Amino acid sequence: MTLPPVGEYGMSADERASARQPAQLDPAIAALEPTAAPLPEGEKRLELRHIWKSFGGVHVLQDVSLELGSSEVVGLLGDNGAGKSTLIKIITGVHRPDSGEILFGGRRVGGLTVQKARELGVETVYQERALADQLPLWRNIFMGRAAAGPLGFLKVGDMRRMTAELMSESMGFTSAVLTPNTVVKGLSGGERQGLAIVRALHFQADIIILDEPTMGLSLKETEKLMVFVEGIRAAGKSAIFIDHNIFHVYSVSDRIVLLDRGRVAGEFSTSRYSLDELMGIMREVAATGTFTEQERYRQAEGTLQATTGPSEEHA
Amino acid sequence: MSATVVPAKPSRARSPITAFTAAWASQIGISVAFIAVWLAFIIGAPSTFLGDRIYLAFAQSTPYFAIIAVFLTMVIIAGDIDLSFTSEMSLSMVGFIFAWKATGSVELGVAAALFVGALCGLFNGLMVTLLGIPSLVVTIGTQFLFLGLALVLVNGKSYSLVDTTSSISYGLLAGKVGTIPIQFFWLLVLAVVAWVLLNRHRLGQNAYVVGDNPQAAQLMGIPIRSTRITLFVLTGMSAAVAALMIALSLTNYYPNLGSSYLMPTLAAVFVGGTSVFGGRGSIYGTFLGAFMIGGIQAGIVAVGLTDYYTGAIYGAVILISVSVHAVIQRRFE
Repeated sequence: MTLPPVGEYGMSADERASARQPAQLDPAIAALEPTAAPLPEGEKRLELRHIWKSFGGVHVLQDVSLELGSSEVVGLLGDNGAGKSTLIKIITGVHRPDSGEILFGGRRVGGLTVQKARELGVETVYQERALADQLPLWRNIFMGRAAAGPLGFLKVGDMRRMTAELMSESMGFTSAVLTPNTVVKGLSGGERQGLAIVRALHFQADIIILDEPTMGLSLKETEKLMVFVEGIRAAGKSAIFIDHNIFHVYSVSDRIVLLDRGRVAGEFSTSRYSLDELMGIMREVAATGTFTEQERYRQAEGTLQATTGPSEEHA
Repeated sequence: MSATVVPAKPSRARSPITAFTAAWASQIGISVAFIAVWLAFIIGAPSTFLGDRIYLAFAQSTPYFAIIAVFLTMVIIAGDIDLSFTSEMSLSMVGFIFAWKATGSVELGVAAALFVGALCGLFNGLMVTLLGIPSLVVTIGTQFLFLGLALVLVNGKSYSLVDTTSSISYGLLAGKVGTIPIQFFWLLVLAVVAWVLLNRHRLGQNAYVVGDNPQAAQLMGIPIRSTRITLFVLTGMSAAVAALMIALSLTNYYPNLGSSYLMPTLAAVFVGGTSVFGGRGSIYGTFLGAFMIGGIQAGIVAVGLTDYYTGAIYGAVILISVSVHAVIQRRFE
C-alpha cells in the first residue's frame, strides 16, 4: 500500500480536526452541506483487515475484514452475538482490536480512540443510548466536542445559537417551547432520533455509522430515515447501516455484509442478489453457520474474502 | 440534506411556563425552601434574626463545610461520592505542620497542605478509575486510611498554631474584612470558581455527561477517567483549604478536626437538589443548602428550643428538602 498523495488525508489528525471543526461556528447549514472530504484515487474510505477481538477468552470477532468505499452504504446484518456491535465499537475507537489493521483513506491508523475516530470523520448515530437525558439539547449536540477556548472554557453562546439553528433548520423542531436549553428527557422517539442524527452530521462526518437506527421509530419516521441515508450516498459520504431488519437494510444498502458468530459469512451486492435469495441464505447461515450456495457465490463474486468483494462495481 | 432530516412530532403538549419551570425547578425549589426556613426563624426569634450578629456567626462557621460542599457537588454530579474529605482535612494539616516546622514558613505549610489534599484526591481518583471500585467503598476505606496516617504521623497529638498568627497566610485564611470573617469571601470566590468550572468549562460538561450516562460518555469519547480524577483532586484541595481555615482560626491542630463536618457537608449537597444518581445538581443549590444546614443549629437555640431538638429538626429539614426535589423532578420533567 503506497501512501496517499498530499491531500486532506496527508494531514495529521490534529490538522484534520482543526480543518474539519468549523472555526467560526456559523452558518449552521454550512456544516450540513453535502460535501465529503476528497478521497485519494483508488483508496477506500475505511478498511478493516483481519480484525480479531476476544473478551475473556471468547472470540467475538475472528479474522473480520471489511471495506467501505466513498458514496457507499454497507449494511451489516447478523443475529444477536454475531459481533455487529463489537465491530462497530472497533471502528469508532471504543474497543481496540487484539490484532488486525484499520485504515482510513488508505492510511493505517494505530491506537484508535473515540476522539481520534471522530477527528478522522467517523460519526455514529447510537440513537438514545448515547444521549444524556437530564442535560439540555445543546450539551447533547456538543457532547465530547464542546466548542471551547484554549483553556477549556466553553463558548456557550455559540453552542446555544448553533443548536437553535440546527433545531429549526435540520431537526424540524418548530415548537416554540423546545429551546436549546430543553432537557432531552421529555423528547419523543422521533425527536431523539433527529437529535442523534443531526449531532452526527453536524461535525462533517465522512463515515456515518447508524446503529439500529429504526428502533423505536414509526413507519413514517423510518421512511424519512431511509431518505436521509440516500442523502449520505448522494453527498459522496459513506455509511454503515446496522439493523436486524433485513428489509430496511436491503432497501438502502449497496452491499450487505453478513456476520455470523464473529466471522464474515458472506458479502452480497444488493444489485445481484434479490431480497428473497438473501433471506434464504441468511436462514441457512443461521441454522448451519454456512450456506450451500457458496459454490455459486464463489463463481459470481470471485472469492469469499472481503478484501476483493463485490464492492468494486460500486466504488 | 439541509432540509428536515427527521420529523419531530412533539411527544406531548408543552407550555412555555412549564418549560421554564422544568429548567429551573430545582433552583426554584431550594430557593423557596431556603426562604421558608429563614422566615420561620425570623418569626420565631425576630430580635435575633433581624440583627446582624447571627449572620456574622453564620459567616464564621458555614464556609468551613460549604467550601468543601461546592466541590463535592461536582463529584456527585459525575456519579461518584467522596466520604474521605474529613480525613483529607486532617492529613493535609499534617502536611502543613511538617512543612511549617521544617522551614518556619507558614506559606510553605499552606502549599504543603494543598499538595497533600490534592494527593489524597488523586489517590481516591486512581483507586476508583483504575481499579473500577465504587467510590463509596474506596472513600470509606480512605476515610480510615487518611485519618489513620495522620494519627500515626503526629502520634495522636495536637499542635498549637499560635505562632502562625503574625503571618500573611493567617490574615488571608483566618482574618476578618471589617467585621466579616474572611472565609465568607473565600466561599464566595470558590463558589464562583466551582460554578464556572461546572457550567462554563469542559470539565463540568464532561462531569454532567459522565454522571448522566456513562455509556454515552464512553461512546462519545469523553475522557471519563481524567474527569473523575480531577474532581476528586479538587475536592481534596478544598478539604485542605477548609482545614487550614479551621485550624488557623482555632490556632490549634488536632487530628479529629474534620470529623464533625461529614454530615453537614453531605446534607448541604443533597438539600441543594444534587442527585445521588449523578447528572443533576447545582452549585447554587449547594450554596443555599449549606446556609440552611448552617443556620438551623443557631436558629433552634435562638427561637428558644433546647439543643436536643437539633438532630430531629436537621433530619426533618433534610428529608423535606429531598422529598420536594423528588416531587419537583417527577412533576416537571
